[in-house]
Amino acid sequence: MMMTRERLVQIQNAVADTKLQNAVYSATARLKEKRQEVVEELPEYQELRTHAAALKKHALENLDHYLEQFEANVIAHGGKVVWARDGDEAAGFILDIARQRGVKMVVKSKSMVTEEIHLNQRLEEHGIEAVETDLGEYIQQLAKEPPFHIIAPACHKTRQDIAEIFRKGLNTECGDEPEQQAGLARRVLREKFLEAGIGISGANFLVADSGALLIVENEGNARLCTTAPKIHIAVTGIEKIIPRAQDLAVFLKLLARSATGQLLTVYTSLLGGPRRPGDVDGPEEFYVVLMDNGRSRLLADKEKRESLNCIRCGACLNACPVYRKIGGHNYPWTYSGPIGAIITPQYKGVLQDPWLPFASSLCGACAEVCPVKIDIPKILLDLRRDVVAERTQASSNRLEKWAFQGYSWLMRHPRLYALAGRLGAIGAKLPFATRIGPAAKWGQVREVPMPASESFRAQWRKRKAAK
Amino acid sequence: MAEAEGGEVTAREEILGRVRAALGRNPGQPVKPPAAPRLRIPEIPADERFGLFQTRLEALGGKVYRAPALADAGRLVTQIRPPGPAVASNAPILREAGITSLPDILTGLTEESRLRDVCASAACGITGADYGMAQTGSLVTIAANESRLVSLLPPVHIALLRLSRLLTGLDEFYTLVPKPAGGACSTVFITGPSRSADIEMILVRGVHGPKAIHVIVVEE
Repeated sequence: MMMTRERLVQIQNAVADTKLQNAVYSATARLKEKRQEVVEELPEYQELRTHAAALKKHALENLDHYLEQFEANVIAHGGKVVWARDGDEAAGFILDIARQRGVKMVVKSKSMVTEEIHLNQRLEEHGIEAVETDLGEYIQQLAKEPPFHIIAPACHKTRQDIAEIFRKGLNTECGDEPEQQAGLARRVLREKFLEAGIGISGANFLVADSGALLIVENEGNARLCTTAPKIHIAVTGIEKIIPRAQDLAVFLKLLARSATGQLLTVYTSLLGGPRRPGDVDGPEEFYVVLMDNGRSRLLADKEKRESLNCIRCGACLNACPVYRKIGGHNYPWTYSGPIGAIITPQYKGVLQDPWLPFASSLCGACAEVCPVKIDIPKILLDLRRDVVAERTQASSNRLEKWAFQGYSWLMRHPRLYALAGRLGAIGAKLPFATRIGPAAKWGQVREVPMPASESFRAQWRKRKAAK
Repeated sequence: MAEAEGGEVTAREEILGRVRAALGRNPGQPVKPPAAPRLRIPEIPADERFGLFQTRLEALGGKVYRAPALADAGRLVTQIRPPGPAVASNAPILREAGITSLPDILTGLTEESRLRDVCASAACGITGADYGMAQTGSLVTIAANESRLVSLLPPVHIALLRLSRLLTGLDEFYTLVPKPAGGACSTVFITGPSRSADIEMILVRGVHGPKAIHVIVVEE
């Protein structure tokens, strides 16, 4: 429904690109299998999902309370909370701090929220270098592409692609072995960690009763970003709140299993404020930027509020037959896959990319693997309804209205209806029937079932006459 | 930027206002507490914990040793450590085990810039661990007792863990330490050596953190 020509061509190209298809298919299959294995070994998995969904629901229904509690606790530990209505305000704060402290370079650990507000670009426009440090994100940054997958940003690239990206981006020789490539990234980025004035991170959870943020990762880059520079700034969405640190016992059992099939990620860091008296290391300044950027609007919609439950594990991407075909770059916004398909229309308005909720077979695989039980297929249906409602309201689609009025009239005139049926049967047999007019787009990728040589009515009459 | 200028609505007030409007709540309206935390400590006998911990951590490429006494731990460190200078954190257990007086070990560093330089060039970082978690093969290091950089910058990490501090798993940890951030600015679970599978899903160890981790569990 109403996809731009450009988008359609891009999707067709992605589907026709066998190298891309192989890379995406095998990466997502691997993640799927690993998740399946560890989930099966956890007898209380379903109970944990139910518990996690209930905790998220509770936290969102009382969000103002928990945000204030979180803020008070951050302040009590010597940190500061900065509220940002949107990306301008979030970036503005970081730029102010960078200017005041004379910082020219920042290191970043993986954060979808900063992707959402194009933070790197905003910083670079003001002469501040922003370096991604997660291996996959770093590859994507050098390739000048956004991440392809929430947790495996460069999963669509082969090692040969990556060797080329490093050769071009770093102006140095680089072999095809992942070990060498990771070693090269380690050497280059190590310098950056030790030189950077500010480390920017996201947050997986904001723990209200502790005023702390929780970050999961495997490489150690998030630990470095939040430990080595003198200033740590976490940029995060207001929906990431959970009530208590003890609730992490539930969420941590689900997150790594759903994301990468691990029991826990290599590093799980709970960070509550700047270095304290007696500590030998850690940042001297600690800021949490709490950003709205449309989240409060989603919150107001009770029917779809659970969209904000998402803990960004990426399991729905790996399970989705559509994502696995079209890939992460063919979704209109930062968030791809089934979760992107339900939150993008809510953030951007349903008419911006009205095709998005329709680009699904509603197979339900996403809902089945979601660790916080977001009913994605149901929300897709709700959004389809919203698209149609807003369209009708805008009365932009007169053609459809007339078509149904005409159909209704035809149904009430049996003779004319029969005639139309006969004409339709002839028309459908013409070789160009689905190549022209309103059926052309539909016909591009489909074979039309041939009408029977005799209509039902005609057969009925014959049988009656034969008796 | 959140400060009010001449009666302007701050971002804080506006966001909280929007949230309250979305939820139909009033400022300061009390909250019905959520269901009790779900913490169920599994029954794993103390003598099985070590085996489980070892299985889990070694499956990830770590290595686990058992030392009957602190002095044995010191000897093990000498055998395990790679050639070159090592940096030891200021955890008391390392001094008690005699590790801080081993040759070519830098320790007692309290100045951050010096600590960074030493860690960045050391062949090995030696720390204590506040707890272990058997079910996941994890170490818990708490910043009030442990340096953050010593377990992070050098390519090899050796940690000493007391057997009595080896817990079953997450539920037992959060029961014992309900609010970790109350006592320290950083509480890190370390589960195996640093790794990435960002290139073709192929496992690479030691991407930014250590590529090897050795844990000596001390019975004493």
